Amino acid sequence: MSQATTAVPVPGQATEADTKATGTRRGKGLRGRKAPSAEDAGAPAPLWVKIAVALICLAWFIPVFGLFITSLRPRDAAQSSGWWTLFTSPSTLTQLTAENYAQIIEQTNLPTAFINSLAISIPATIIPVLIAAFAAYAFTFMRFPFRNALLVLVVALLVVPNQVALAPILNIYGSLGLNGTFAAAWLAHIGFAMSLAIYLIRNYMSTLPLEIIESAKIDGASHFQTFWKLIIPMSVPALAAFAIFQFLWVWNDLLVALVFVGPGTNQPLTVALVSLLGQEGQGTQLLTAGAFFTMVLPIVVFLLLQRYFVRGLTAGSVKG
Amino acid sequence: MTITIINALLAVAGGVLGAIALFWLLNKLAELLPSKAQETVKPFVYLLPAFAAIGLYLIYPFVQTLVYSFANRDSTAWVGLDNYTELLTSPSFRSTLLNTFLWIIVVPVFAIIFGLLVATLADRLRPGSEKTAKTFIFLPLAISAVGSVAIWRLIYEAKPAASDQTGLLNAIWTSFGGDPVAWLQTTDLRLNSFMLMVILIWTQAGFAMVLLSAAIKGVPVDTMEAARIDGAGENKIFFRIVLPQIRATMITVFITVLIGVLKTFDIVYVATNGNFDTNIIAVSFYQELFVNRNAGTAAAIVIMLMIVILPVMLYQIRQFRAEEATR
Repeated sequence: MSQATTAVPVPGQATEADTKATGTRRGKGLRGRKAPSAEDAGAPAPLWVKIAVALICLAWFIPVFGLFITSLRPRDAAQSSGWWTLFTSPSTLTQLTAENYAQIIEQTNLPTAFINSLAISIPATIIPVLIAAFAAYAFTFMRFPFRNALLVLVVALLVVPNQVALAPILNIYGSLGLNGTFAAAWLAHIGFAMSLAIYLIRNYMSTLPLEIIESAKIDGASHFQTFWKLIIPMSVPALAAFAIFQFLWVWNDLLVALVFVGPGTNQPLTVALVSLLGQEGQGTQLLTAGAFFTMVLPIVVFLLLQRYFVRGLTAGSVKG
Repeated sequence: MTITIINALLAVAGGVLGAIALFWLLNKLAELLPSKAQETVKPFVYLLPAFAAIGLYLIYPFVQTLVYSFANRDSTAWVGLDNYTELLTSPSFRSTLLNTFLWIIVVPVFAIIFGLLVATLADRLRPGSEKTAKTFIFLPLAISAVGSVAIWRLIYEAKPAASDQTGLLNAIWTSFGGDPVAWLQTTDLRLNSFMLMVILIWTQAGFAMVLLSAAIKGVPVDTMEAARIDGAGENKIFFRIVLPQIRATMITVFITVLIGVLKTFDIVYVATNGNFDTNIIAVSFYQELFVNRNAGTAAAIVIMLMIVILPVMLYQIRQFRAEEATR
């Protein structure tokens, strides 16, 4: 998707229940936990635990590592032997070359697709965060009729699959001439992300102290001012967590890109990579380098911002 | 290339500034009203863009899709329930349903098993090593499904028995004396479907691990200490003390991964395009809509998907209500 393939997480609900039910440790926080248990504190983990964890990590990492090594091998070598032979016969190490990457840059449309992916992902990340933050503010700090009903609607729509929208939206886009444009992808991603964004950001905002907004009101601040000057800065952890999630989701999305943008001048990396996957002969070698090329940015974003991302996913249990 | 970059920059700036301007304008409009009316109108002004997006991209299309599902391939005549009966009597769609069913059970279960395994074991390491280990498991979540398929192709590749194997799995398999297997084309016991599920489990285990790890760290130490004093072994503590207390989180993870699996499209579309008996509901929808150009059948498939999801939706609402009550 998938989202992430892969999945659209609906985090929090039950984890929060867990912590509430078993809240004795809450005050100590996560880090305080290691100290009380004698076994955790001093004694190092048994050797078998270390080996088991190392083996699982290795199993998880080998596929990516294999792709990386293969992308550095010349075509003939990659066709005739496995990438691991590099380590069984180290003399072949000299074969390693960046030639595949040079070809990706010079001969394919992946660099353009990279720019397109950015042009799709950045607005499709920032705009829904902004729109959802306003809605979450209204749900948290304002009183109005049908508030609960609308909130339940948001929760219900968390699970509705995007596929529902494809055919009807394609018809609308067709009559507006939007198909194939960046805006077609932004709007679709905004629509599909909205319920999750509202849900996550509202969950966070409802933990902010109400007195702050009350005193802002007394000082004569309008809702618009309170929103920008107080609530947005205080909600940064939740906004950042959702933004990282949404960025990875949009960058890695294939379905929306394929349907609303499609192959062509505006195609993002995922669509370009699929057409490389279909090629035979010369293309097969470019595929490994191309695949790695598409992954670099999300992996860097992910590694740098992992902390915020994890905090967002576990928003329910480590809220605040 | 320069033109592409300039175009992209303009598009990004236009899109983002446009959204900010929209809210500024809406707010200005609302402030023109007398202050009493403002209080009533403002919440809806703030909600308007969000619900316009939801209405246009989820609610309206859902109604439209429901209508399409009772019409023919180009939505020009009513056909009643024909689309549904045709699908449910077609052997290939039944096979698709069976595959989808296997996916939504197998992937969440194994994602939870691996996630729990890593969360539990890594919890006993020093914090630094724990963090590093978790990063390895979590990393595939950043990789697109298309990229994942490119990665796993190098594992599943099969070459004729005479030549060297370039696929890791076949290299291991043949070194034990087996004949090379075309893993993604072997339909016996739906082996190829399971091989594709491995790819999704590989990306989802990290997600399960993060939530389960937070839950495990939330289990009070005193309950574990008490069991330890009573002479319970580590296994017993895990199954009798830890597991029951993180049950709710396991259900959340299961449901979240399950929803993700139901929507999964890219892995199967890219790896096999649903051939060799690997089709799943999201891919067959895509084929009906864009290959067979049959809007009626495609809509009926989505509605069936919605029916499968409905109990999950009701469960979510119930959970949400219960949680709001305690807030």
